[in-house]
Amino acid sequence: MIAESGHYALVLALGLALIQSIVPLIGARLRDAALMSVARSTALAQLLFVGASFVALVMLHVNSDFSVANVYENSHSMKPLIYKITGVWGNHEGSMLLWVSILALFGGLVAAFGNNLPLSLRAHVLAVQAWIASAFYLFILVTSNPFLRIVNPPIEGRDLNPVLQDIGLAVHPPMLYLGYVGFSISFSFAIAALMEGRIDAAWARWVRPWTLVAWIFLTLGIAMGSYWAYYELGWGGWWFWDPVENASLMPWLAGTALLHSALVMEKRNALKVWTILLSILTFSLSLLGTFLVRSGVITSVHAFATDPTRGVFILLILCLFIGGSLSLFAGRATSLKQGGLFAPISREGALVLNNLLLTVACAVVLFGTLYPLAMEMLADFKMSVGAPFYNLTFAPLFALLLLAVPFGPMLAWKRGDLLGVTQRLLAAGVASLVTVAIVWGWVRGGSALAPLAIGLGVFVIAGAVTDLVERTGLVRLPFATVLHRARGLPRSAWGTAFAHAGLGVALIGIVCETTWNSEYIATMKQNEVAHIAGYDVKLDGLFQRQGPNYREMIAEFNVSRDGAMLSVMTPSKRSFTTRGSSTTEAALLTRGASQLYISLGDATAEGAIAVRIYHKPLVLLIWWGPVLMAFGGVLSLSDRRLRVGAPKPARAKPRLQPAE
Amino acid sequence: MRRMMAAFVALMLLASPAAYAVQPDEIMSDPVKEGRARELSRELRCMVCQNQSIDDSDAPLARDLRLLVRERIAAGDSNSQVLDFLVARYGEFVLLKPRFERQTLLLWLLAPVLLIGGGLALWLQIRRRSRSGADVPAPPLTPDEEARLAALMSDDAKSS
Repeated sequence: MIAESGHYALVLALGLALIQSIVPLIGARLRDAALMSVARSTALAQLLFVGASFVALVMLHVNSDFSVANVYENSHSMKPLIYKITGVWGNHEGSMLLWVSILALFGGLVAAFGNNLPLSLRAHVLAVQAWIASAFYLFILVTSNPFLRIVNPPIEGRDLNPVLQDIGLAVHPPMLYLGYVGFSISFSFAIAALMEGRIDAAWARWVRPWTLVAWIFLTLGIAMGSYWAYYELGWGGWWFWDPVENASLMPWLAGTALLHSALVMEKRNALKVWTILLSILTFSLSLLGTFLVRSGVITSVHAFATDPTRGVFILLILCLFIGGSLSLFAGRATSLKQGGLFAPISREGALVLNNLLLTVACAVVLFGTLYPLAMEMLADFKMSVGAPFYNLTFAPLFALLLLAVPFGPMLAWKRGDLLGVTQRLLAAGVASLVTVAIVWGWVRGGSALAPLAIGLGVFVIAGAVTDLVERTGLVRLPFATVLHRARGLPRSAWGTAFAHAGLGVALIGIVCETTWNSEYIATMKQNEVAHIAGYDVKLDGLFQRQGPNYREMIAEFNVSRDGAMLSVMTPSKRSFTTRGSSTTEAALLTRGASQLYISLGDATAEGAIAVRIYHKPLVLLIWWGPVLMAFGGVLSLSDRRLRVGAPKPARAKPRLQPAE
Repeated sequence: MRRMMAAFVALMLLASPAAYAVQPDEIMSDPVKEGRARELSRELRCMVCQNQSIDDSDAPLARDLRLLVRERIAAGDSNSQVLDFLVARYGEFVLLKPRFERQTLLLWLLAPVLLIGGGLALWLQIRRRSRSGADVPAPPLTPDEEARLAALMSDDAKSS
């Protein structure tokens, strides 16, 4: 019964979404407040029903009901409870259900907390949300229904892919989806603005917190996924420029640009048309990401051609929404008035530069991902685009961006003084150059690129600190005044500083890890000692252990440095009987921000084992950076300006208020 | 979602008799040559994997290619000769960094063209708009506005 109830709840949600797609728009056309308010109820009811549907699927997985195909294919009765729950979205059907659940959640949040929005704007926004939701409910019900039964239920399930049996699956996909799908809100706001033909600074003030929330989750989601890959896939890589990774990076780049351009629009009423376009593009890239991953077109064009139902369905959704929204944009954008003027050298100008660089970087990733597909289909030319290409194209763009980052927040609005800002950044520049000199002297020779890149990271961090020092008057004012000013400083200023510093921190981590990573690859026997980066790693022995749904071989290593015993590390290899596959569980030893990383290869007949040991200096900075960035986002989100919301237009009140 | 795909691929790889990215028995005795081999390996694609270099991949084919690269290096080939040899055998598909040629022109030129073109267009437009805006002086404040401004300023002074 649970499966049928879940299925039925999903159908009801589709019905509600269809009503929500049409009725509020009719209400807006007729200026009928009651019809417009329908959107609010349907959005909340939709959340309820999709939520019920999702809970139903979770219950089926927890109960190990193998009469449901989705549970049979992805679960096992012996699987630990946490993986029974996370396994719900560790497969295509379930992850699409999570996708629409989060979409409904955002719709519900707008309905519940959007009381300060003008009624017709809210009606439009929720109607657009419902279009997206309807399309994806249909997609799930027609091509990817997780509630289908099996006629002759098997006794045992086929278990979840072992690589996914990790805490990472509990956190990474929900975070990523909260980011991806969160951008649907700014998309809906953009479409609503185009349909209403009205857009102003207040619009940007409503959109910014939603964009910020999506961006925070996407930032954490990507970082989390990267760390998961780092420790789970067993060779210590953390970013592969894999098309599926690119699919999540593109919305992040566009979303970051959107955050900054919405700032210009909110503060200065400029860049309206561009902000609308970015809102559309950001969500379009989220949809494109969903298409790329869900259709299988990336693994191979041929896989797509042999089972095209799902792919074609998502492709249709993609064309409908991207094509439709861009046509609407083309038709309506010219009617939007351009706002505030500014000189090229100004805060606005700096943010335009930020947008230019982020957009070009995003285009590079988009082209790198799709170009091989296009060439194969159009010119029958098989080619690959991988990490070396992005290192040559993407990296310089980001270097330029980072160089400009400290200048942006220090320039004045409208007309800035570049020379003045350069003088104020002198200390940061000197700190950066000193770092370059020290690092260069320390490594003696080698490529100049690494010390320079570290200097750039230091410049970005020092620039963020300089901005705070200047704003609070540290150094030149008495301490009490500084404290007072620090408290009075808008949270968004703190947020900016943290987020920008996070970029610098991540850069330093990336450079250190890629340049000074040391590795030791060998077959080790018992009591053999490996020497790496000053550590002595001794193999104490191998033993077997039985886990809940796997057997594992554990190697015990004794790690010491200068004769002093530090820790015991136990990497393992797990064999999962049901799927006949295995995973490598790396062992990590964290020392400050650096890590020692051991993963196992095959054991030989003589009892020796292939071992890879890495020393990764400052590797954790790669993820601390994004965490700092997300923290900056949270600070900015708690800014009073965004919490209070925009003032309502006074004259709309008397007519619309009684009807509510 | 991202990892699900990678995991799917990883599953296919793991299901095949487990090998491992660069294995101890593959490593060349000469560290300089081994360094070159590793460097080249990172630029070569494991053709049965999803966008993995042969340096990262644990597929048997990747191992064959790694051995082949080392064989060529041991035979005295230069880096570009090794790449040429592999391209002649497997096509451009094997290169993770596409060569700069007719088919890849658009890919390689995209970033510089967009950056320079976009930057120039934006600069000109912003300058033109700010010039044309600067030509029209703002109308002077009316006495009413002057009074309001003064009131606002004194409010501000009191509250801070």
